[in-house]
Amino acid sequence: MASSIQLDIVTPDKAVLSAQVEYVGAPGIEGEFGVLPGHAAMLSALGIGCVNYTENGRKNCAFVSGGFAEINSDKMTILAESAELSVNIDEARAREALKRAEERLKSNAAEVDVDRANAALHRAIARLQVHSSHSALSK
Amino acid sequence: MASLKDVKMKISGVGKTKQITKAMNMVSSAKLRGAQSRIERFRPYADKFHEMLQDLASKTDSNVHPLLAARPEGKSVGIILVTSDRGLCGGFNVNLISAALKLANQKKAEGKSVKFLCIGRKGRDAIRKLGFDCDQDTTDGLGDFDFTSAARAGEKVIAAFLAEELDEAYLVYAEFVNMARQVPVTLGLLPMSTPKAGERGEAAADSGTTGTVDYIYEPDVGSLLAELLPRYLKVQVYRGLLDTSASEHAARMAAMDNATRNCDDIIKSLTLLYNKTRQATITTELIDIVSGADALK
Repeated sequence: MASSIQLDIVTPDKAVLSAQVEYVGAPGIEGEFGVLPGHAAMLSALGIGCVNYTENGRKNCAFVSGGFAEINSDKMTILAESAELSVNIDEARAREALKRAEERLKSNAAEVDVDRANAALHRAIARLQVHSSHSALSK
Repeated sequence: MASLKDVKMKISGVGKTKQITKAMNMVSSAKLRGAQSRIERFRPYADKFHEMLQDLASKTDSNVHPLLAARPEGKSVGIILVTSDRGLCGGFNVNLISAALKLANQKKAEGKSVKFLCIGRKGRDAIRKLGFDCDQDTTDGLGDFDFTSAARAGEKVIAAFLAEELDEAYLVYAEFVNMARQVPVTLGLLPMSTPKAGERGEAAADSGTTGTVDYIYEPDVGSLLAELLPRYLKVQVYRGLLDTSASEHAARMAAMDNATRNCDDIIKSLTLLYNKTRQATITTELIDIVSGADALK
């Protein structure tokens, strides 16, 4: 049995990551799940959150939102509407997005699309989480 | 006959135009390369998506989702028209707009109402001028688009379809065949049809993974399909945007190449005219001098 998984994260704009990894933890829509080599074939919808993976013994993570994961014979492909590696996350921008989303939710105005604002809030929080866990890991 | 000075000015004027067209040609070729590489980067996503959807669709009763349900009695049609923002690209936009109008007139003849959603300024202006119903909010330019622009347009159409404001939706865009050929394509978006096993994506066909693997589905197949379908529509719209933008640049390159060549022709004939005029002037002056000298004898 192979000791690693080929992990690919692709978005419409580019292939974000393609690496041999030992472990992947992904935010499934019905809860987080972990994938080790030899995992059964699976297709899952992903929520907004953080994909953890271990590459050559080093832990790393990436932000994904709105995607699907397909696992098939030690290959895992994540299709996401947007995805960023933790190193590429713009913290200031995420904070700003968080603030904007909070304000919109608080304002309670009729024209605010609550679902949309909520989604934006979640995305911003997840981005910040990925960012902070990255800075914790690299210390 | 034009004076020497006039011709000279004309030559330099045409020369300047030539510089501009040449520069535009080069800019377009650079942009085309960018657009093509974007298509390349999008392909893995689209192919994988296709593969997943096929696999799911083959395992479910395909009439479970509202987006799949056809409404043969439907009365209103939505058309997403993708054009460029700027002109100077030959018949590119005209072809797209006439393809859209053909569809619109055909649907009108069937007694259906037509509503447009335009991406790209050229199409929007034309459609408005012709007095069609055109969605006001989504008049984004094509200029700086990304997946979110496609997603926005897709969501709008889906929402209208589910609210039964639209019963059919089409996408008109320019398919990028090669540098010399860009074909306006009309693609039916809604009601959706799931891809058939015969029309697999290129990568899906050669990746060798036949769809016989028994997957674990999380959540169940039906809800996964419900998640995938709206996204598939956005993927289609995005592919339309990418193709149109590549086509636009290719069309502009060809148009500007022609223009540069025409400038060369004009300069050639003007130079000929200039030399002829110059010689004619010299001859007249000589005759003047000679006849003047003759008169003094």
